[in-house]
Amino acid sequence: MSIAEGTRPRHVPDRLASRPARILRSWELLLTVIAILIFLANTQASPYFLDPWNLSDATFNFTEKAMIAFAMALLIIAGEIDLSVAGIIALASTAMGWALQYGAGMPVLVLIGLGVGLVCGAFNGLLVTRLGLPSIVVTIGTMSLFRGISYIVLGDQAFNGYPSDFAFFGRGYVFWVISFELVLFAVLAVIYGVVLHATNFGRQIYAIGNNATAATFSGIRVARVKMILFLLTGLMSGIAAICLTARLGSTRPSIAFAWELEVVTMVVLGGVSILGGAGSILGVVIAALIMGMVTFGLGLLNVPGIVMSIFIGALLIGVIALPRLIRLVRTGKAA
Amino acid sequence: MSITRRIAIATGVAAALMGTTAMAQDNVRIALVAKSLGNGFFEAAARGAEEAAEELGNAEIIYTGPTSTTAEGQIEVINSLVAQRVDAIAISANDPDAVVPALQKAMQRGITVISWDSGVAPEGREMHLAPSSDELIGQTIIKLAADKLPDGGKVAVLSATSTSTNQNTWIAEMEKVMDQYPDIELVATVYGDDLADKSYRETQGLLQSYPDLDAIIAPTSVGIVAAAQAVQDAGKTGEVNVTGLGLPSEMAGAIESGASQSFAIWNPVDLGYATAMLAYNLATDEAKAEPGAEIGMGRMGTATLDDDNQAAMSEPFTYDASNIDEFKSVF
Repeated sequence: MSIAEGTRPRHVPDRLASRPARILRSWELLLTVIAILIFLANTQASPYFLDPWNLSDATFNFTEKAMIAFAMALLIIAGEIDLSVAGIIALASTAMGWALQYGAGMPVLVLIGLGVGLVCGAFNGLLVTRLGLPSIVVTIGTMSLFRGISYIVLGDQAFNGYPSDFAFFGRGYVFWVISFELVLFAVLAVIYGVVLHATNFGRQIYAIGNNATAATFSGIRVARVKMILFLLTGLMSGIAAICLTARLGSTRPSIAFAWELEVVTMVVLGGVSILGGAGSILGVVIAALIMGMVTFGLGLLNVPGIVMSIFIGALLIGVIALPRLIRLVRTGKAA
Repeated sequence: MSITRRIAIATGVAAALMGTTAMAQDNVRIALVAKSLGNGFFEAAARGAEEAAEELGNAEIIYTGPTSTTAEGQIEVINSLVAQRVDAIAISANDPDAVVPALQKAMQRGITVISWDSGVAPEGREMHLAPSSDELIGQTIIKLAADKLPDGGKVAVLSATSTSTNQNTWIAEMEKVMDQYPDIELVATVYGDDLADKSYRETQGLLQSYPDLDAIIAPTSVGIVAAAQAVQDAGKTGEVNVTGLGLPSEMAGAIESGASQSFAIWNPVDLGYATAMLAYNLATDEAKAEPGAEIGMGRMGTATLDDDNQAAMSEPFTYDASNIDEFKSVF
């Protein structure tokens, strides 16, 4: 910085950048551009991509994971994380299959799925908020605990024979190619968007994520908000368990294996800061679409799944590094 | 870039694209879906399928599968194969029921669906190819022992548990054909419960009770390894031949030491080859999957479908010193 510059009075903007400028610089726009590029690349790479039924089938690659990602986004913005979500799916699915053996019908199965999700979420939440344990440690533990119970109950066996009205949650179509899961995904996206961006509760989540101590002194009941978020994540895992179990029509203890990483990837790719305090639901929605399109597009080219994970990993690092690299080039120093 | 040049390039690209689609249409595209990728057994099966494709000339193998052995991973794979309108899907299923809806959708769209190795429920496939059958396994295990005993001798069976359905069926099938080997005497059947240490002790017991024992038949991959070890430790290598069903990777040591002269298990290369041949014949309407149908499997002969549209490929493949090195790294 030159002396001449230093002697001038520092320019303090009297307002934030104009709305169009902010949109231009936003993460969501970057993601949208990437999504459009991937869409175009897919249409070029495979003649089978632009088919309504094929695209409809492809939505199942992300709908269930995205449902959990919405709640996970809120939790990560608040500075916590839940790595046990896939374990919760396994346990909730096992509980539903177990109830099925005793003749439970569709309504009971749904209640059990939601109930197990909530109980698991409450368990995580209590350990974090009451005992003050770090959520990453707690949920790494419960991840194995929940799935472990499924393995003990099922071993190498499977529960199946779910009723046909239950199958609607995973295989049903509301209208033409629009599946029930896709509608649920859209409805949940709107609900979570409103809760995070237009309610007092949403502002409290950001406040906690930015500075939990300051939030406490501002009168926010931090433990209560975090508890609600763990319950929500558990509940969403329960909903995902219902959809996935209905879609598969069977329960095995390996169900939804390693989904927690895909859910967290979706959230982080969506622009949610892993350190908490920043992020949007729109970003998560676009990230879900991107991940769905990438896996489906590469699947059409018969790219092996291992290469697909490499691609997703590279995409994640690339997208996160890009803004920092731009800043580095512009200012000559890293943020 | 001038407009005419652009148009010329665009036409060229379009023509190239159309050209590749036309070529793809000529080939019969057979998707071989594994339980998971990175498993030697399935890689070997894919090699067999490629061999079949080469022999057929106008077949193309798409070898694919999920990264972990989950049903939802296989469903994603099936959906993308359906979207590509492949001609046939041949799957080794992670869950016989969960993949059924996705496979039914494939069949509705005119895709030939068969299962192999690990079967799919009958409503989700046209036919299933099992690597072998109970009958053929029973006949093979006694033949393995008898072939090395031209002058006859005493054999004992080391099984898994006394309630193991598979082993009991195979032993029963073996006893049915014992009269073909009049000089072979079955002296005892013991149970190692598929535990390495118990199988080892039971083998020691056999060696003490029957000092003139000539062979031990262990139709279990756990038992055969333990028995070979016990024979070796007792210094009876060369006197007592351990045989039965085992995995090449686990039995390589026993073959090398001579404690086991030969053993059997399905050959994944043959299985992949036969699967591709069946898928090709069904997809090209050379054959129809229905009870009693006989469908060609190239060099593996013909598959005869039973009432559930299931067929057995062949008797288990015999592994010995001549081929163990090739297969010990496979599975």
